[in-house]
Amino acid sequence: MKAKIIVTPKKAVVDPQGKTVQNALEHMGYRGIKAVHVGKYLEVELDGGDKESARKSLDEACHKFLSNPVIEDYQLEIAD
Amino acid sequence: MKFAVLQFPASNCDQDSVHAVRALGHSSRLVWHKESSLGDADAVIIPGGFSYGDYLRTGAIARFSPVMQVVRNFADNGGLVLGLCNGFQILCEAGMLPGALVRNRDLQFHCEHVFLKTNKFDSPFTNSIPDGKILKIPIAHGEGCYFADETTLETLKGNRRILWQYCDASGNLTETANPNGSLLNIAGVCNERGNVAGLMPHPERASESILGSDDGKWIFKSVIAAFESKGARVPA
Repeated sequence: MKAKIIVTPKKAVVDPQGKTVQNALEHMGYRGIKAVHVGKYLEVELDGGDKESARKSLDEACHKFLSNPVIEDYQLEIAD
Repeated sequence: MKFAVLQFPASNCDQDSVHAVRALGHSSRLVWHKESSLGDADAVIIPGGFSYGDYLRTGAIARFSPVMQVVRNFADNGGLVLGLCNGFQILCEAGMLPGALVRNRDLQFHCEHVFLKTNKFDSPFTNSIPDGKILKIPIAHGEGCYFADETTLETLKGNRRILWQYCDASGNLTETANPNGSLLNIAGVCNERGNVAGLMPHPERASESILGSDDGKWIFKSVIAAFESKGARVPA
């Protein structure tokens, strides 16, 4: 079992990395790109056990440590 | 007066901070991040650097170190805590100061002298700064863009908690004087009680004229003056 966590900057936070990547894509000729947001991906391997309790404890870890709620949003998925 | 300067893996302004305080004739000692006591310290400096390699986010891991738990208690009891650069980032991550520091808007690491306007002259961190004095102090950071939501910014403004703002040499808060895209040109803030402050610039690197500017000494002198006149604890 593993947890997959995606952390992205909040929309209100200026994301110069995303903007720079977007500009580069446009320079390369890719069209139709509205916005790019650069975040990070974390994969947490788990020992097994109960999926729901793993979700609960990792959700807390995401809020307290793995993301900063002032500037970031996160999505947590527990996969088999 | 006795200062404790914290030392994390990859702190790199710890010795400079110790020196800046000693140059003013006061005592200063390093406290390793694994320690769980600040001893008889009257004030704490959290120095600049790249604690824990800036992994995950700047300051994110340092805030959970044993020494930060005692710094939190120290601050809760009214003790004076000053975070410089990475120290500011750590205090924001710890929730001891509002907001967060994110990547500079131009993605560049900025290492240069900047000018700072001081907004509040009666705080323990600014009381000795001469009236109207524009401080010339260096910055050296890649993640110094101050962000907080609008409500927080309004509260900070209303409570006069924005201690320093980036400005030009004449004190004007211009966009070009803002090196990193900080909202409201914010360079440093304090908490509601007024005993915890953080700023991205490095006063310890501008505390003697041989360094090109000694304006940073005013910030340390303020902490010393606050201690000498009012004691080591800021009332709640």
